[in-house]
Amino acid sequence: MNVAVCVKQIPDPANPGKLDPATKTLVREGKLIMDDSDSYGVEMALQLVDKAGGGEVTLVSMAPNDEVSGLRNGLAMGAHKGVLVSDPALQGTDALGTAKVLAAAIKRNEFDLVLCATESTDGYTGTLPVQLAEILGLPSVTFAKHVEIAEGTVKVQRQTEAGYDEVECPLPALVTVTAGVVEPRYPSFKGIMAAKNKPVDTVKVADLGVDAASVGQAGSGQEIVSVEAAEARKAGEIIEDEGDAHEQIVAFLEKLKVI
Amino acid sequence: MALTTIWVLAETAEGKALPVTLELLTKARGLAGTVEAVAWGPDTAAVAPTLGSHGAAKVHDVGDLGGALPGVPVASAIAEAIKSGSSPDAILIPHTYDGRDIAARLSAKLDKPVLTNATDLKVDGDKLVVGSAIFGGSTLLDTVFTGGPPAIVCVKPKSFAPEEGGSGAGEVVSLSAPDTGATNGAKIVNRHVEERSGPKLDEADVVVSGGRGLGEAGNYHLVEDLAKLLKGAPGASRAIVDAGWVPYSYQVGQTGKTVKPAVYIAAGISGATQHLVGMKGAKNIVAINKDKEAPIFSVADLGIVGDVHKVLPKLIEALKARG
Repeated sequence: MNVAVCVKQIPDPANPGKLDPATKTLVREGKLIMDDSDSYGVEMALQLVDKAGGGEVTLVSMAPNDEVSGLRNGLAMGAHKGVLVSDPALQGTDALGTAKVLAAAIKRNEFDLVLCATESTDGYTGTLPVQLAEILGLPSVTFAKHVEIAEGTVKVQRQTEAGYDEVECPLPALVTVTAGVVEPRYPSFKGIMAAKNKPVDTVKVADLGVDAASVGQAGSGQEIVSVEAAEARKAGEIIEDEGDAHEQIVAFLEKLKVI
Repeated sequence: MALTTIWVLAETAEGKALPVTLELLTKARGLAGTVEAVAWGPDTAAVAPTLGSHGAAKVHDVGDLGGALPGVPVASAIAEAIKSGSSPDAILIPHTYDGRDIAARLSAKLDKPVLTNATDLKVDGDKLVVGSAIFGGSTLLDTVFTGGPPAIVCVKPKSFAPEEGGSGAGEVVSLSAPDTGATNGAKIVNRHVEERSGPKLDEADVVVSGGRGLGEAGNYHLVEDLAKLLKGAPGASRAIVDAGWVPYSYQVGQTGKTVKPAVYIAAGISGATQHLVGMKGAKNIVAINKDKEAPIFSVADLGIVGDVHKVLPKLIEALKARG
């Protein structure tokens, strides 16, 4: 059982995001970390491989400047190896272009299952996994809150508006997992040390056979024509509770004729 | 100038068009001369008149999906129609679970980009301009497509108000899905519906949401009790959904539901941008939180710096006493 997990390396979300004024793409500089949303896929993959009694978890990532610090987070959790696509030509690539690159990178290793988060924390476009599935010719099940594998079939509880659906899908397949599918482990000290020596296959666009015209800003087929600060909502009255704050809330609701 | 044709993906549930479907049809009427819908599943005949009265001249029916998830068959049917020559200028898709699956499949099949999280649409010359918010709603972007049609856009529910109008006949025509082989392998074998009473979270006039500040799952009943007294719906922050206190369907925020009630009460929620983006469209916001530095207070009309375990029970008692 071999599982490929897509991992995005992002700036620390605790810091406010920025757009490059010239290219209007997200600024991704400084140390990058593994998107927390991806830790669920890494954990799920480790558990599935463990249960199957053998196989490898391969992390696949696309990032500028040969950045591997986020990949090392996942390798420290226990993933076996990584594939990193890093190439200046990828600056400004959109979700579809990224899917083409990741599809080619995933195919460098054998896999039975591809796992992704439902969406990234910094860009939250949320279409990359299924675009990737289509390019790889795979069926896909999104928004999994529970995943099991038995006899070549992945069984998923998929979130819906009303509750969840039980979905079955033959392997190979792509599944996106929500936070809540599993509890990600913290890397152990041993894991962190071991991660430093795990293999990361670093490749460029040309190594993947991806059409260079379909990636980068020019390949994105979209252009941001305006960036504006949203009208900020003004803070109202802030009061410290002296034991009677509930009366203020009642008065507020009365004024609004809610009660 | 306007666009010539827009297709709207008409998502339905329990024999009815989802509100977002009607919101998109309404908006599309103002953007294009011809508006058509694409529907699937068992409800098409039942909803076609409503789709028509909101502007759909035609309803392309993909038909029964035989238990398949909609992404592959619906996107394949649309891609096939477009490749054989009838491309609309734009395809508007609800930003829902199934909507995003369809949009992503269609994007890869047609080799066209897709924009998601749209909250505004307008036409400039012959171009569709897509408005969206990033960085937790603090920055607004306008984006255009630079290639040829169709523009594929996922639009967030509640971005527009639904209104009947136009003279759509809602004529149902068949749109056949080609054989998609292995990619269509995912099948629904069983459905589970979580029981909820009271108004729906994204339709309620009052929403009371709870977060980590409640301390433990056992205290969530305070949120439910208050919501019930106010004839509202209970909601939740991502933190307590991830922690398993309440089902995902309660979640308000970027990865959950967008709500725009008359009153939103946030109890023990710090207000991460993830959450703010889903609720700051509320007309009035009340926040109760221990930490006076919590970001939720920057959007609150009435902010109470206090302990939810003290304030909520007193508030519930006071409302009960009013009868």
